[in-house]
Amino acid sequence: MRDFNLSRRQFLKSTAAVAAAGVVPTSLVKVALASPAESFTFAYISDAHIQHIKGTSFVRNWDRGLIRAAAETNLLEPKPDFVLFGGDLAQLGTKAELDHGAEIMSAVGYKTYYVMGEHDYYLDLGEYWSKLFGPQYYSFDHKGVHFVVLNSVLTFDDWTFNRWPTAEQRMLEMAGLDNPNGSPFMVGDKQREWLKANLDKVSKGTPVVVVSHSPLQKIYKGWNFWTEDAEQIQALLKPFSKATVLYGHVHQIHYNQIGNITFHSVMATAWPWPYPQSYAQAQHHLPEITVPINRADPFFERDATGWQFIDAATGRVTMRYNLYNNTGRTVAFNTTTGRPEDRIYQDPARRILPQLHY
Amino acid sequence: MRNKFAILGLAGAGLLALLLGSRVWADEFTKEDAARWEKEYMSVVATGRELWTSPKLGTNGVACAQCHPNAANTHPETYPKFQKQLGRVIALRDMINWCLRNPLEGQPLAQDDPKMIALEAYVAYERRGVPLVPGKH
Repeated sequence: MRDFNLSRRQFLKSTAAVAAAGVVPTSLVKVALASPAESFTFAYISDAHIQHIKGTSFVRNWDRGLIRAAAETNLLEPKPDFVLFGGDLAQLGTKAELDHGAEIMSAVGYKTYYVMGEHDYYLDLGEYWSKLFGPQYYSFDHKGVHFVVLNSVLTFDDWTFNRWPTAEQRMLEMAGLDNPNGSPFMVGDKQREWLKANLDKVSKGTPVVVVSHSPLQKIYKGWNFWTEDAEQIQALLKPFSKATVLYGHVHQIHYNQIGNITFHSVMATAWPWPYPQSYAQAQHHLPEITVPINRADPFFERDATGWQFIDAATGRVTMRYNLYNNTGRTVAFNTTTGRPEDRIYQDPARRILPQLHY
Repeated sequence: MRNKFAILGLAGAGLLALLLGSRVWADEFTKEDAARWEKEYMSVVATGRELWTSPKLGTNGVACAQCHPNAANTHPETYPKFQKQLGRVIALRDMINWCLRNPLEGQPLAQDDPKMIALEAYVAYERRGVPLVPGKH
């Protein structure tokens, strides 16, 4: 067990050094603008999957992940300006799960913005979630950066409204990641129109950070590492000189560069997922530049869950993945190559055996 | 002595062939047989898939598929292998039981429990086509 002070000291002293031992399963995001006075940080917690058993009991393993994240977020120094929760607070979208998750998150001492995940949505189409957390998509500005939060886990109306005899079954069908009865995620026409109108009012030199639950890029459809209308969202971001997409859902490290848009995933607090290449029957498109996280050791409950700082120097993003039982990682935008790269492992010659997923 | 038994055996086989006419019991099977056996196997795979995604296999509602969609990251082709966390060579079924006890907070299955066979059948089926690499980490 590594103690938290170690990672906090490392955070305090490090700009270039890779954190060797991070232990907070949240993301601290440092947005360093051209003017250092405007730099700020925020924390990112995602994919808690709080799971109700019965009565007052919940799956201990997932509870511990979120409790740890919430507690450690409060210890961050410098203090983050706010916290983002990246979706899938609940496992099956029930009031019991959302209430229990909200209660754990209430320990977080900062303004928290929430993102909708499919596990929060498909029981009552986000009704109770919205009562707790507010609108399902919105934007806000913070120290010169325009943030947009989308609900990217919608799907075809026919699937949502006509396919299933009960709301509970609809939730269960979407909750199975590998369930062939599931349906691809999408942002949808209505929200895309809202997004277009929203972005029209933002100057194209303003750094834009779009936050969604599912990847706004297509990686593997079978597990919904995918958003059906990803290209249309990307087209709306194209005019911006600095655009970043942050997403949860995948419970693993991804990063990519498509044109001007930089993509980063965040870790889950609950459990890690296999990379698509681990499924021998799958055709997938894991971004070629992504160097995967080490394969998880199941004997350490929190292994391959974690958190990341995100430092957007001059509007570009640097992710600092601080990972339980796993060496920390830093993925930074390389202005020479114009893409995010791992500070240590990007060179194939420097990769290590546990990063091989098969 | 050995010859005597061999002759007796041949005589016995001849008698059996006489009794059964042209019927042959072993070593020959039809497409229909193969199709039926495949169907039997796939029905056990389907049972395995149901168990894999079932919240009832353990005691806390957690299913195998929650961490292992399509049974990925189970690597059946590498077992038996040295499992570093346990310090000895084990079979895949030992890891299945480890998961039943720990993340699923349930009871282990007997090695010959039909549920164990079904889980193994499902895991192997999802991994079809991958070459055997016993011992690989």
